Amino acid sequence: MSNETLRFEEAMSKLEDIVQKLESGEVPLEDAITLYKEGMELSAYCHGKLQDAEEQLITIIDKEGKPAPFNPAKGQEPNE
Amino acid sequence: MMSENPYLSVYTLTKYIKRKFEADPYLRNVLVKGELSNVKIHPSGHIYFTLKDDKSRIQSAMFRSAANSLKFKPEEGMNVLITGDVNVFEASGQYQLYVQTMQPDGVGALYLAYEQLKKELAKEGLFDARWKQRLPLLPRKIGVITAQSGAAIRDICSTIQRRYPLAEICLFPAIVQGPQAAPSIVDAISLAESNGSIDVLIIGRGGGSIEDLWAFNEESVARAIFSCRIPIISAVGHETDTTIADFVADMRAPTPTAAAELAVPSREELFERILERKRSIYKSFSHQIKQERKRLTTYQQSYPLQFPERLYRPFTEKLGGLDDRLLRSKNDITVNRKANHERLERMLSFYSPIQRIKEESRNIDLFSERLTRTMQIEMQKNSNKFNSIIRMLKALNPLDVMDRGFSIVYKEGNVVNSIENLEVGGTVQVRMQDGTLEADIKSIMLKYKEDNLNEQ
Repeated sequence: MSNETLRFEEAMSKLEDIVQKLESGEVPLEDAITLYKEGMELSAYCHGKLQDAEEQLITIIDKEGKPAPFNPAKGQEPNE
Repeated sequence: MMSENPYLSVYTLTKYIKRKFEADPYLRNVLVKGELSNVKIHPSGHIYFTLKDDKSRIQSAMFRSAANSLKFKPEEGMNVLITGDVNVFEASGQYQLYVQTMQPDGVGALYLAYEQLKKELAKEGLFDARWKQRLPLLPRKIGVITAQSGAAIRDICSTIQRRYPLAEICLFPAIVQGPQAAPSIVDAISLAESNGSIDVLIIGRGGGSIEDLWAFNEESVARAIFSCRIPIISAVGHETDTTIADFVADMRAPTPTAAAELAVPSREELFERILERKRSIYKSFSHQIKQERKRLTTYQQSYPLQFPERLYRPFTEKLGGLDDRLLRSKNDITVNRKANHERLERMLSFYSPIQRIKEESRNIDLFSERLTRTMQIEMQKNSNKFNSIIRMLKALNPLDVMDRGFSIVYKEGNVVNSIENLEVGGTVQVRMQDGTLEADIKSIMLKYKEDNLNEQ
């Protein structure tokens, strides 16, 4: 699972799939080992991604659909 | 006094004004009608609101003692008839209507419009549960349609920041109050939709009077929300304010903060969920391992694997039995055959011809002895007879007679004892005692005479 561009929600949904597959108990043992490993890696990945997310991206979109950074505390575009 | 210090304190002025109000007998007992707006029912039981008509408004308060006798709940937009008195609230310097009694008087115009639109859209099915879209569990981009400045956007941003900083917030600024509000909100919705990457949309504003919130009761806004393909959370005003937008939105939040909470999961919950998944995976996996191990053990302890020799024991036993039977049968057959053979042998020997052969042989001996004896006797007898015949024959021998002078005449080998077949000129042979002679016949005489001897 070297794919660092994997999005959090994709990783979460993969994780859910793995849980469901394993819970079904219908996975052969060899596959279960692979799934187990992958699931553990995914959970660590999700945890890390969530942990590291500090700076939130907030943009304001004008009438032409152009985005600009936005600071809600100031209530307007910082460059204005 | 006034020349020394002509300026009154605010308090003195307010007191003065207050006395003027109290002095007026009409203001002590006022009968007034108007529409309720900005109704706030305080937990203490006091009710605060604005009483208004088309042209004017007055702050009003109804204290618990009076409010307790109310038969209905004062609501936004209601037209009411009120008795009370007007006085000044010194702390804010505002005059207020202190309500003693209140009764409904028809329904306010805005409220009526609201009810009418609500009924119409409900009939059309815009509020039906089947149209409600589900909110994404983990949205990437959250669109917000509200005023660019104000508590609403700040509350939303801080809530999302705290709960789920992974999400991106896109503000589509809109006018949320006044005549421009409805078209502005409709435009913002279409802008958000055309952006293409918004996963969930929050539309709302902070609390206010029914007029302040009115844009969210406009049909154009309701229809824009209804036809928007992005799931929409409405968050208009406070808990008690319910707008048409709230009914038509996919989800209704009581406040902007609550809308942000609905839009994104909390990080803590997610950590918990990840942990939960981890536990599930571990549990399922270890359960499976346990199951497989148990299965393996079961197989290992199974009868065939545990006692393999017992598997073929029955066959061994059967084979042994068959061997025994085979041997027994063989013996039985041998013994039977032997007995049979002996029996037949006995029978055979019983009927054996040797005895008869011996017997017959004895008989043969006997008979041959008898035969020999008989033969000898017979021989003797015959020999004696022969001898006697020989003697007789010897006595009768014609040759002996010839000794005494007799001859025998033959013609061509046959004895001639008559003249009958003789003729003159023929020849005959005459046998004498000591030889033979041939004689020609000279004459034949029929009568036998002894004198013819010389003719011979």
